[in-house]
Amino acid sequence: MTHGDPNPPAPSGDGDESGRPAPGGRRVFTFASDFAAGRAVQNEILDEVRRNGYAGNCFFAINLALEEALTNAIRHGNRLDPNKKVHVEARVTPRRVEITVQDEGPGFDRKNIPDPTAEENLEKCSGRGILLIEAYMSSVKWDRGGRRLRMVKKNEPADGSAKA
Amino acid sequence: MAETIPPISVTRQKDVRIVEFTNNRILDEANIAEIGQTLASLIDEGDNPKLLLDFATVDHLSSAALGMLINANNRIREKNGQLRMTNIKPQILEVFVITKLNKLFRILPSRAEALASFT
Repeated sequence: MTHGDPNPPAPSGDGDESGRPAPGGRRVFTFASDFAAGRAVQNEILDEVRRNGYAGNCFFAINLALEEALTNAIRHGNRLDPNKKVHVEARVTPRRVEITVQDEGPGFDRKNIPDPTAEENLEKCSGRGILLIEAYMSSVKWDRGGRRLRMVKKNEPADGSAKA
Repeated sequence: MAETIPPISVTRQKDVRIVEFTNNRILDEANIAEIGQTLASLIDEGDNPKLLLDFATVDHLSSAALGMLINANNRIREKNGQLRMTNIKPQILEVFVITKLNKLFRILPSRAEALASFT
């Protein structure tokens, strides 16, 4: 679906198909493995999340999980290869947010990711993104060999401290 | 032309370096790298470095930021130094609890308590 452009999109985040509306109220984004482009998509989705009435802990959770999912796709999935794309779909309603993030990397097996909270791993500098996504979202699923992540967050009352 | 504000500011109280974050999001890769480098240079200034990180302004962080903090903590320990953290907002503290990093880091409620905890 690219236009054969050998250069990655400019850091403005103007990736091809950025924010294209799709059937069912979904929005579809495709961008090169670039953190600035990822940030632009993240901000667009978060604006819509805000407009749909998410706030407090619920907004914090979606923001954090989306950040981690995009970072994982860009860094660990596509290994920062500018020729590989990240594909994101977001469906935001006042009741739930569903986000799918897919990379073009080799995939991974969730079971093989060591537990970062184990005593022996506490001092390791990476490996917490998946833990945070799973902790903060209502449901999380990997498929397509670990290349695609689908996560859902149900809305909670603003400032309700769900975990308190 | 937009001015670039350094992502952290550093003051000194006796032998403790107090680091404050000037951005409410410790997220961006470039931002994290710059903070990491500044912390590393503070730690490398001398033996037994004492660092206090004040999170009062921080509303958001990521696992990449946690990695940077762990890196700083490891580096400080290698130099027989001490790291303290304070003024962490409840939402951010929860991230530390979920990752169990509240066991690794010394987190104190107030700056006064954190300063008093250095030995």
